[in-house]
Amino acid sequence: MGTDSGPPRHPAAGQLSMGLRLTGRQRYFLVRLSWYLLALIAAVTLTFLLPRLGSTSPVDSVLASLNTAGMSAAEVAETRAEFTRAFHLDEPVWRQYLIYLGRTLTGDLGFSAVSYPNRCWEMVSEKLPWSLLLILPTIVLAWILGNILGTLAAYKRGVFDRLLFPLAQFVGSIPFFCFGLLLVFVFYSQLAWVDELGAYSAAVEPSFSLSFAADVAAHYFLPFASIFFIVLGGQAVGMRSLCIYELDTDYVRYAKALGIVERKIVYYVFRNAILPQLTGLALILGTMIGGTLITEIIFSYPGLGTMMLRAITTNDYPLIQAIALLVALIVLALNFAVDLAIGLLDPRIKAGEPIGDRR
Amino acid sequence: MRRLLSNRLPPRTVVALAALLLLIGIAAAGPWFYPLGSTEIFEMSRAPFTPPSAVAPLGTNALGQDVLGLLLLGARTSFAIGILAGLIATVIGVLIGMVAGFKGGLLDNALSALTNLLIVVPQLVILVLICNSVAHRSYALLAAFVGTTSWAWVARALRAQTASLRHRDHIALARLNGLSTFAILRKHILPYVLSYVFMAFVMQLGAGIFAESALSMLGLGLSGTEVISLGTMLHQAVESGAFTDGLWWVFLPPTVVITVTVYLLYLLNTSLEQAFNPRLRRH
Repeated sequence: MGTDSGPPRHPAAGQLSMGLRLTGRQRYFLVRLSWYLLALIAAVTLTFLLPRLGSTSPVDSVLASLNTAGMSAAEVAETRAEFTRAFHLDEPVWRQYLIYLGRTLTGDLGFSAVSYPNRCWEMVSEKLPWSLLLILPTIVLAWILGNILGTLAAYKRGVFDRLLFPLAQFVGSIPFFCFGLLLVFVFYSQLAWVDELGAYSAAVEPSFSLSFAADVAAHYFLPFASIFFIVLGGQAVGMRSLCIYELDTDYVRYAKALGIVERKIVYYVFRNAILPQLTGLALILGTMIGGTLITEIIFSYPGLGTMMLRAITTNDYPLIQAIALLVALIVLALNFAVDLAIGLLDPRIKAGEPIGDRR
Repeated sequence: MRRLLSNRLPPRTVVALAALLLLIGIAAAGPWFYPLGSTEIFEMSRAPFTPPSAVAPLGTNALGQDVLGLLLLGARTSFAIGILAGLIATVIGVLIGMVAGFKGGLLDNALSALTNLLIVVPQLVILVLICNSVAHRSYALLAAFVGTTSWAWVARALRAQTASLRHRDHIALARLNGLSTFAILRKHILPYVLSYVFMAFVMQLGAGIFAESALSMLGLGLSGTEVISLGTMLHQAVESGAFTDGLWWVFLPPTVVITVTVYLLYLLNTSLEQAFNPRLRRH
């Protein structure tokens, strides 16, 4: 735990073994950046390797997804040859891997199999903003508010805590899609407060207009709520126990004995407890985003999750691969953003202390 | 663990544990008692989408199958997948975490890198890619996939715990006595972290049930016609339009069972954490 006085400066602070002089933060950012580049290559490798573990050949699954009923044997053979060439399946595996790695790292996600001449990137990039719209504001808002609520509950205890804590525990443990199912049942099927699922009315053409924005906002509430309250509850519970630990420390007792204003003490406690909460956020981002994608299906929300379901049911193997890679990329990027925030907030990193295993 | 059991368990732990065992018991024994045998559950002998009645207490689904019968069998499958996946993940995580934390050095670096990699690359992505490439997915196969992709949390925590124990005097003594690494881990480290291992298993069980239903929602759950799990029930409810039409008896039962199970597992975990961590108790 960082103390508010700041730890002593580490003797090796700011020195890399090569003799480069870097500040603690710069060194931390460099180390993290190289780790994420490694993770990126690993993710690309996984999306290449995993589909090849199974028994089904990609060309077979592509052909199965096409309507070959009306084709002659020669036509089928020709299509097979074309796909084999288009997906480089005539090359040895190591060559295929290098081609895949090379084109993926330059942003080329290849062709879709079901809507063949279309490129995966074009199809996926249409859905990406919708998924991000559901993921980013929801998680950020719920995280901030959850931490404030958790701090208050730990500090105030009493009725506020007694009422809210069990509720937060319950809500924080539910899977997103279960809560989503319940919300749709109550507010769409029973009360009919929402007249249509999806991200916007079917009758409206997406555009950058005020009326379209209002339509999107009206449809946004339910999917937002099904993720927001669960993250809020989970974060509040986590922050509450961290703050209870902090409140039991000597610096808090000392500050109280000195007669420092309560608000200032709460601020100290908040600052120290927020770091493990940030690390915790990085740890659960993958699960959260996975859950968000499943929730999209419930709301027929036009994002990557719904597209993934369609790609799976139509057996569009390259598209599944492309979406999987993009989701992995989103999680990596958000993890990196959280790490940057930790780097800016953690006084130990500024002081150049070696990065150990933090909570 | 022994110390905990010799004292009285906290009431919340007892309640959560009893409710969970009851749920698992109902799911395990239920299909024997209702409707009559496990083959009849899949018979499409009734009208589709009939609301709950005396004949079918939870109504019928799109195929005219009895929802209560499906629910009992589906819960059994989901619990089986959760328990199996939880066991696999806990064993792998405990082994990797303890070895990494105890050995340190290069091996620790390599194992920690693997662990951290599995934490940043989302499990769902890996599962979708594997499951999509396998033509026939049995419940054991699904559990194996889920278990082998979700151990990273356990390993991370066990590594930290083991690393904090390895410099204790009795470990050094055991080492001087010539005990092998495995023997030291088993005899002198495992007893200290056993309470944590149990809590990790409880969490992994919930994660396994969640992962199964998430995969099923994407159409990558169990394959075959005469199989059912809570996840496949939800998938069918969404695909058949029962969900958007508000036919609650088709999709609410599996939703409620998943929600309650996951909550009870969470409650069990936090109450155990309070029992092990006196500072978290109410003053």
